[in-house]
Parts: sequence; structure tokens; C-alpha cells
Amino acid sequence: MPDLPKKKVGLIACSGEEMAEGTVTRRAVRKVLETLRPDETVTLCLPLFLAGGEGERTFARYYPTIAVDGCEKRCAALATEKYSARPAASIVVREVGKEIGCASLGTGRRLSEEGRRLTGIIAERIAVKTDELLRKPSRPSPHRTRREGR
Amino acid sequence: MKRKVVVVPCSGIGKALGAAAREAAYVLTEDLRPECTKITALGLLVLGDPETRREVEGGAAVAIDGCKLECAAKGLEASGAGRVHKVAVFDVIRRHRGLKPEGVTDLNEDGLRLARAAAEEALKFVDEEAADA
Repeated sequence: MPDLPKKKVGLIACSGEEMAEGTVTRRAVRKVLETLRPDETVTLCLPLFLAGGEGERTFARYYPTIAVDGCEKRCAALATEKYSARPAASIVVREVGKEIGCASLGTGRRLSEEGRRLTGIIAERIAVKTDELLRKPSRPSPHRTRREGR
Repeated sequence: MKRKVVVVPCSGIGKALGAAAREAAYVLTEDLRPECTKITALGLLVLGDPETRREVEGGAAVAIDGCKLECAAKGLEASGAGRVHKVAVFDVIRRHRGLKPEGVTDLNEDGLRLARAAAEEALKFVDEEAADA
């Protein structure tokens, strides 16, 4: 049996430094990567993605991705779609914050208690989406294409 | 109204030097020169957000990068910034041997010291720009 690359989910945070929601995206993605789903996820660097990083773009072309955006401008989702493929899932922090009634999140530099609470909730949602994506078939990955070609 | 110097840090979330670049941008815009600087997200800039482009075009900007790919500096140059001062955290650390920055979500003390040092390297440029304005 050949050693095939394990299918993982790519997480792309908008990282918007000028707003608290951007910091929530960053911290939530790190939480998923470090503690919630370390073996099932990787992060894709948004600036590198935008600057033409072929590794990031190729990954997002063949593997499922989750775009985590701070606001309705949805830079992470738009960049992923523009340069690779439509993200398999998209989460917008500001929308989730409204939905669950989070008030003041703090600043881009320092999140408030509410901001940290929202970070935990976003991280949980990313983890749930990750599980969903790994259970169901998604876009063809390189190893699947090879198998199908036999 | 005076035009502020736009400060764009690296948006990477995988390495301590990227986190130090981001913290340096906060130190510069919130602690050292809040009256004449403004932080702007690289993602908005590179995706061509019209409002962000207007803020950058023809003006002065500071790029604070965490790695040699220099995404912030390249993003600013491609967006038509008039004068770009580059701060490379990977060079700053060479001038401050002994610092061992760690952490991405939360920087350790050395990471915070490195961020402060990186921010201070932009002060001369920011002050000159502010004086010209």
C-alpha cells in the first residue's frame, strides 16, 4: 500500500489587523491548529497566497479550505476563490458575533473577555466544519485522481 | 487634514517573526506615534479594496515584514504607495542578538522586545514624514 498524503483541511484567516474581528480569526484558527484539530488542519498564509505562493494556491486548488473572515469584505474567501477555488466553507466573525449577541470585542491588539469568548465559539465552528469536510467527498485531491486513473 | 503614514504588517500566522511584525505595527500606531500613523490590513490592500487603495496611493507607508518574501512591502509598492520604508524583522533580530522570540498567538517577552525594536526603526521615517506634512 503506497504512503498516500493525508487529506487535510486548509484554514485561511483574514487576519485583518485593524479590527478586533481580524484578531478573532487569527486566534481561532491557531486554536484549531494547535489544540482542536492539529492532525486534520493546516493554515494557509493569506499574504503569501495573495503574493503568488504556489504551494498555498495549489493546496487550496485540490484540498478543501475554510475561509475565516472578520467582516463582510470577506478578503480570505474572495482571495481563495480568485486564486484557487471556492472555499468549501466560509465563516464571518461579525455575523456570528451578531447571531450570538457579542457586544464589544476589544481591539485588534487586545481582545476583551467577549472577544475571547467569541474566539472559542469560532474555533469550535471551524472544528465542526473540518469534521464535516473530512467525512464527505469534496474536490478531487491529487491522490484520489491517481487512484481513479488506474 | 494631515494624511497619516500607513503601517502595514505581515499578516502571517505561522511564525513568531510574523507575530512580532504585527505587534511592532501596534506598538508604532498605538504607543509611539498614534497621532500620525494608521494600521492597515495587507489583505484589504492586495485585494484592491478601493478605500484602502485611496489611503495608500502616493502617500508614505511603513511595511513591517516577518520573512524574506516581504509580502507587506511588495503589497504596498504594487498599490502605488509613494514612499515605502521597509522594516524587516528578520534583519532587526540580527541587530539584537540574544533575543529568542517565541509564540504566534501570544509572543513571549523576547518577542515583545523585538517588536518594540522593529517599531523604533521606523520612527525616523515617520517623524520626517509627519514634519513634511
